[in-house]
Amino acid sequence: MTTIYFDNCATTRPYDEVQDIVLQTMSCNYANPSALHSAGIASERLINEARKKIASTLHCNADELIFTSGGTESDNIAILGVTNSYSKKGKHIITSAIEHHAVLDCFKYLETIGFEVTYVGVDKNGIIDFEELKNSVRDDTILISIMLCNNETGVFQPVEKIRSVSKNAIIHTDAVQAYGKYDFSGLDVDLISVSGHKIHAPKGIGALVVKNKVKLSNVSFGGGQEAGIRSGTYNTEGILGFGKAAEITYNDLQKSISYLNNLCSYFKDLILSKIPDVKFNGQDSVNVVSVAFSGVRGEVLLHTLEEKGIYVSTGSACNSKSTKISYVLKAMGIEHSVAESSVRISFSTFNTKEEIDYAVEVIAESVAFLRKFTRR
Amino acid sequence: MKQIILLKLGEIVLKGLNRRSFEKRLMKNVRHSLKHLGGFDMKFAQSTIYITPDMDMDIDRTVELLKKIFGVASVVRAYETQKDLECVKKLVTDIFANDLLKAKTFKCAAKRSDKQFPMKSPEICALIGEYILDNFPDLTVNVENPDIIINIEIRDYGAYVHTGKIQGAGGMPVGSNGKATLLLSGGIDSPVAGYMTAKRGVELNAVHFYSHPYTSERAKDKVIELAKIIAQYTGPFNLHIVHFTKPQLEIYEKCPDDELTVIMRRVMMKITEKIAIDTNSIALVTGESIGQVASQTLESLGVTDAATALPVIRPLIGMDKEEIVTVAHKIGTFNTSILPYEDCCTVFVPKHPKTKPKLEDILKSEQVLDMNNIIDECTNNLETIYIQP
Repeated sequence: MTTIYFDNCATTRPYDEVQDIVLQTMSCNYANPSALHSAGIASERLINEARKKIASTLHCNADELIFTSGGTESDNIAILGVTNSYSKKGKHIITSAIEHHAVLDCFKYLETIGFEVTYVGVDKNGIIDFEELKNSVRDDTILISIMLCNNETGVFQPVEKIRSVSKNAIIHTDAVQAYGKYDFSGLDVDLISVSGHKIHAPKGIGALVVKNKVKLSNVSFGGGQEAGIRSGTYNTEGILGFGKAAEITYNDLQKSISYLNNLCSYFKDLILSKIPDVKFNGQDSVNVVSVAFSGVRGEVLLHTLEEKGIYVSTGSACNSKSTKISYVLKAMGIEHSVAESSVRISFSTFNTKEEIDYAVEVIAESVAFLRKFTRR
Repeated sequence: MKQIILLKLGEIVLKGLNRRSFEKRLMKNVRHSLKHLGGFDMKFAQSTIYITPDMDMDIDRTVELLKKIFGVASVVRAYETQKDLECVKKLVTDIFANDLLKAKTFKCAAKRSDKQFPMKSPEICALIGEYILDNFPDLTVNVENPDIIINIEIRDYGAYVHTGKIQGAGGMPVGSNGKATLLLSGGIDSPVAGYMTAKRGVELNAVHFYSHPYTSERAKDKVIELAKIIAQYTGPFNLHIVHFTKPQLEIYEKCPDDELTVIMRRVMMKITEKIAIDTNSIALVTGESIGQVASQTLESLGVTDAATALPVIRPLIGMDKEEIVTVAHKIGTFNTSILPYEDCCTVFVPKHPKTKPKLEDILKSEQVLDMNNIIDECTNNLETIYIQP
């Protein structure tokens, strides 16, 4: 059975070149990059090269990039680090209702230790209410954290404009989903979280960009790597794989953005022409389609498609007693029944129109079948 | 001085002429359960199984496994020596010195099943007690509530010293009381029902009804995980996965809404009955208890029962949920049972199921189903997984 992987927001298949470099690093460059001997120094040099490559894709200096274990850790270090070291200047912080839990749950924690949080809402297109954001900025606002691209809808957020409404607050963006589909050259923020495995690097490696000399308090402690902010033995194979993946992904960014855009619109058109009663959630994205097939539970469709080797995702998970619908779709004001019948299809440059042709055929058949057995 | 594990038998000792077959079965189960842990020697005498491990055997792990074997009332970790009280004395100071130094009070208990031995139990106690008092001057005797008890057993094969027995799983050896087929869901109840049935010596196999795409593969993995925990007590068995989506949809299409659940249960019973007969089982086992849900009212249970000619064993019938949960914790299935990969088939759960179904109505509603075809199709496409602990 051929595998059609349309769940690239969850993770991506590592590039072949990345797999090669990871294996090669494990067998040849396993020496600890912090060691004094020449084998360690050789590893360190390779890490520095990878650091430069990744920094150039994020338009920052190499010394502004900290390697982490991934998006979640980057978000935690950024948010907890800033609020800890700047709390004397103020205790008001702003985020949005549609952030990933790695951000949202940091803010919920900060609320319990005395910070005041504003959660900015979103409109039906999935875009944050910028007026609300603008109006909630205060003199004592020390941090604004807004994601660059939402993971469930793929909708990009107006993060570029935030500096214009707040000169003082430190701006963080969770760019985990945007990375690989976005040109960072025009983005003026202080902190950027990214993750390797969303751009065809291995899991377990990510980065945090720290610009404008923002001071971060330590969240963890240890051997002092990464300017002491993120201690721990270097994940050499992850970092080198990450470097390679960043290089390939940003080699011709505009070309891959338009390729992904084409896949999305091709998919949407095909779905609309083959299946009645379909709703798309949120405005157009680079590589994500969130779509509801009325009368069909997302999770049941997902399991039907997996039988045919097609892998997609849902925002909701259900059990026989209740359905937990996606908080992102809920924040967008999408009806419960639409949210519970939504699935997320997310493409990478590995995907093709031929895959879409086959998948849509299967989706159409499955939806028609499952609609016969809707709850009476 | 050899370490030895003594297994004291429970109810089996009360058996009459067929006692020997129960003992044989238990020996077989013990041997099977321990064989991957290394070499050991095993013999049976005086209602006790003697296990002498080779040097390489991990005694802690061995005892953990033995505690889960039905038919064993208690497990004793003892040291063996010659039936000579001088040897017993030496053993006490060699092996238990540390324990005796830590304790403030002690007592001796002696048991003499070898009646040829010249001293009686109280005399043995007195002699060894005196020896301990002489050698550990800080210790005093406390008969009521001692910190440590030095047990001395004079048996046919030798003298055994230990500090107490560990409670075993009780019950009867699995396989000594026929074979039954368990309807295993991913919930809390059915694994407990399986455990309780096996405890009475019944060999099990199990059937699970799988409704992909309405349930996920994680739900199946969870059932396999539960089966593996049950197998720690029962030994290996076959888990038969029934692909049940098609009949479920057929029932949904053709039968009245408020009877869906009870008809579905009946179809499950019929499929399980066929599997049971094919695998030489003579009864079915379910985790039902009266009144827990609509399909478990006395009326519903009656209608479900009528679907099969085989006896349906329901060990939880009179238990409250809380009591069931307590057992689930004890046997180690609870944390797996509550994993949130529940089925997604609300499609098949009517909003208002009949709580008092009548058999004649249900039989009439069922006529639209091609029951034989459903049973054949399901049992011909079984996915069978050999479950090992």
